[in-house]
Amino acid sequence: MDVFSWLQYDFMRYAFLAILIITPLFGLMGTMIVNRKMAFFSDALGHSALTGIAVGVVFGVNDTDISMVVFAVIFALLLNLIGSRVSSSTDTVISVFSSCSIALGLAILSQGGNFSRYSSLLVGDILSITPEEIGYLVVILIITLVFWLFGFNRLLAVSLNRTLAKSLHISVGWMENLFAVLTALIVTVSIKWVGILIINALLILPAAAARNISENMREYHFFAILFSMFSGVLGLAVSYYVNVATGPTIAILASVIYFVTYFART
Amino acid sequence: MPCGLHCIKINHLGVVLGGQEILKDVNLHIHCGSLNVVIGRNGAGKSTLIRAILGDIPHTGNIEFKDGENGHIQKLKIGYVPQSMNVEKQTPLSVYDMIASYQSNVPVFLMRGKKIRQKIIDHLKIFEADYLIDKQVCNLSGGEQQRVLLSMALLHSPNLLLLDEPVSGIDKNGMELFYKTIYHLKKNYDLAIILISHDLEYVKQFADRVVLLDGSVRKQGSVREVFQSPEFAQVFGGGRQMRSILGMSCDDLAGDGKRRVPLP
Repeated sequence: MDVFSWLQYDFMRYAFLAILIITPLFGLMGTMIVNRKMAFFSDALGHSALTGIAVGVVFGVNDTDISMVVFAVIFALLLNLIGSRVSSSTDTVISVFSSCSIALGLAILSQGGNFSRYSSLLVGDILSITPEEIGYLVVILIITLVFWLFGFNRLLAVSLNRTLAKSLHISVGWMENLFAVLTALIVTVSIKWVGILIINALLILPAAAARNISENMREYHFFAILFSMFSGVLGLAVSYYVNVATGPTIAILASVIYFVTYFART
Repeated sequence: MPCGLHCIKINHLGVVLGGQEILKDVNLHIHCGSLNVVIGRNGAGKSTLIRAILGDIPHTGNIEFKDGENGHIQKLKIGYVPQSMNVEKQTPLSVYDMIASYQSNVPVFLMRGKKIRQKIIDHLKIFEADYLIDKQVCNLSGGEQQRVLLSMALLHSPNLLLLDEPVSGIDKNGMELFYKTIYHLKKNYDLAIILISHDLEYVKQFADRVVLLDGSVRKQGSVREVFQSPEFAQVFGGGRQMRSILGMSCDDLAGDGKRRVPLP
């Protein structure tokens, strides 16, 4: 049996390309999301995708993808703003807004018993990606790489100590908001292919696994991207042969890597 | 060596946060080569004062930095040593990563900058901490972390060093070392130091000037002037324990031989 026989189909080749773009992106973003303890934040953003679509439906927007992205960006900025103003703990604030927004989204989308039209969003389907959509992912990847090259140090500085960062004239608010917007963009643009239920697993698991065995930022990024790409490519191939959804297969592999690194450390 | 000519003036500084006046009309005059310690009870506005000086929170009044010789006003460079950093156990962050993230544009996730690495090593050497450069920040002892943070604060040659004394994770020997290091800095570098302290015993030993803060400056002056003032007794209660820490008798506290402080 040819190991690469799964690449003979166009849809598999596109999916393969998409994985090669999405996974390093997720590995990269995940490192900072875990550093900043924003796992719950990115999860809430994933859930807000449904609300964004619902808002689009209510306002009669033709392309609900756009309303989804716009809603997620506003939602992210709002969470940042409220998180910095309200004194109660951030996860409570996020939980309140996330629950509220997802309930609203579900209520609107399930009106008239039509929710099944949107249920594919929950699991995602990478096999249906088109070359044009891969193009969007490439654009997001380039934006993220540029941001990382020029902004990573500052973002890290802000997450280590805001006051210290401010005293060295780092624009704390800008960095935090840019990162939140970028997370919102990445989550919403890839949610169709990865699925609401597991998108956070793909963001968090590779970084969490990399943390188990890394001592500095270079190792951390190297392993996070490596684990992310490895579980992505292998997950796609395995899901083809075993005939299960791709997203969950990738998440299972990433979890296995997490546990292996966890026990390797101890 | 300190030239003793630079001075920093904080004029009428006030801070209102959430409709509440935290600091009011704070006036301080600080010379380079001096260790100025801010003391006060919890909630007196000590950390707020530091954050206001750093520009982290909006404040009224102004901060001037003057060259004593010709009175020219210069741009003030502030080095800040926070109490701690947000670094949890298992964080893959080396000492190099932490310092370079604040001081360099070479992305730390991609590569090491040779120049900045050498500069960091040179500064860590001042505090005999250069061997820590590749250690994980989360595995440093409290004292090691303080020395690393101090080197980081000195990296851009500040005129004013602001320190928030660590409250946890450092034992008695560590604290002694911390204060001795500050003393060494004061003697050998051309900078003024403002230290927020929670430990009056060390303040008594090392401070040049003491500022008693309680919403505004209640009293400032030499250690003796402040510690023997009625304001000091009022803020700290003048209890027996306090007096034993300070090694003073009740009569000393009143300053004029009359016993003013009621015994508990």
